[in-house]
Amino acid sequence: MTPFEFCLVTFAISIVAGGLGSLLGLGGGLIVIPALTLLLHVDIRYAIGASIVSVIATSSGAAAAYVRERMTNLRVAMVLEIATTLGALTGAYCAGRVGGRALEVIFGLIMGYSAIMMLRRRESRESVGRAPWADRLRLHGSYYDKALGREVAYRVRGTRVGLVLMYIAGVMSGLLGIGSGALKVPAMDLAMRLPIKVSTATSNFMIGVTAAAGAGIYFMRGDIVPFIAAPVAVGVSAGALLGSRLLGRIRSDRLRAAFVIILLLVSLQMLLKGLFK
Amino acid sequence: MTNENSPLPTAEGKVRRAEAVISTILRTGVFASMAVIAVGAVLTLLRHPSYATSPQELIRIRGALTAGPHSFGTLWRGIRLLNGQAFAALGLLLLILTPVARVGASILIFLALRDRVYLMITSTVFILLVVSFFLGRG
Repeated sequence: MTPFEFCLVTFAISIVAGGLGSLLGLGGGLIVIPALTLLLHVDIRYAIGASIVSVIATSSGAAAAYVRERMTNLRVAMVLEIATTLGALTGAYCAGRVGGRALEVIFGLIMGYSAIMMLRRRESRESVGRAPWADRLRLHGSYYDKALGREVAYRVRGTRVGLVLMYIAGVMSGLLGIGSGALKVPAMDLAMRLPIKVSTATSNFMIGVTAAAGAGIYFMRGDIVPFIAAPVAVGVSAGALLGSRLLGRIRSDRLRAAFVIILLLVSLQMLLKGLFK
Repeated sequence: MTNENSPLPTAEGKVRRAEAVISTILRTGVFASMAVIAVGAVLTLLRHPSYATSPQELIRIRGALTAGPHSFGTLWRGIRLLNGQAFAALGLLLLILTPVARVGASILIFLALRDRVYLMITSTVFILLVVSFFLGRG
């Protein structure tokens, strides 16, 4: 393999990662890291550096379209970003002081639990009852669903629980160098009752900021190597720009099923890594 | 109580414009980054044509992956020497700064909309981001 071919392979894998990530509200790191380390034998340190870049590229590439289409709930995103960036700072501060394996087991369990809860919840439900924080912060919204061909209005609740969960997701990002969309989407879906498309689009919007909080650190440390991270950045951006055109048209139940499957795989991967590394 | 946001048409229009601004910033950041990285790739291939033909080069590069240019000084020197790797690193830096620019722009948007609550929220996020960049250096 020549260096040029190496970059082409990295680029091709990254397009897939960006496309999937943009649809599911994930950063694509879950595809990029294993592909780089297992397939292309890249050092884990540089793979994580490339993964952080991938998260930002997916987020910015897809969010540009989602914000314009009003799929993203900007207010929800901005409120929750306080919690995720604070969490990411905590995580970055604690990195190296906390055992990585125990964390992986804990997060693996949390994600497995979220996946099962998401399987059980039906998309059709009325969110009634009081939501003082969401009312005060004007978080309720609506989006145009191309698959249904109509405007879907929704009410938000559980803002405080959402903030706590986002803090935890942020800590995980800071510690493990991922966007942690796999935790953000279930938090918005289960606790705050956002429609699945709004959850993935809003997660997409937020992971860029969470990752940027860590990326500065990685860049200064020299973990972001252009030879590896640059083809990832371009490929993921292209994938995200393409993938984001699809979200509106996909049926919500299918998107949800795809997300649950990926979530189960990730949780399994985390558990295996934590238990048998 | 349930008919929460019933904003005036003008307020609605302002929010749409704000969304368009945010979307444009993100898109511009991504395309600028891709363009600079592409320049870096072309410069690298022009300087090292063997990268496209020799598998030996990959082994050499793998062995020398110590660290990317990560101080602004080396980055700037590399750019002036038309070093391809430096251009790629600059492109990556542009990408990393895109979400930061987006949060910065949100502050200005909420300032213009005179939305005090969200002005405070976005400013807090911005401060936390800046703190994180400085934390990284220490």
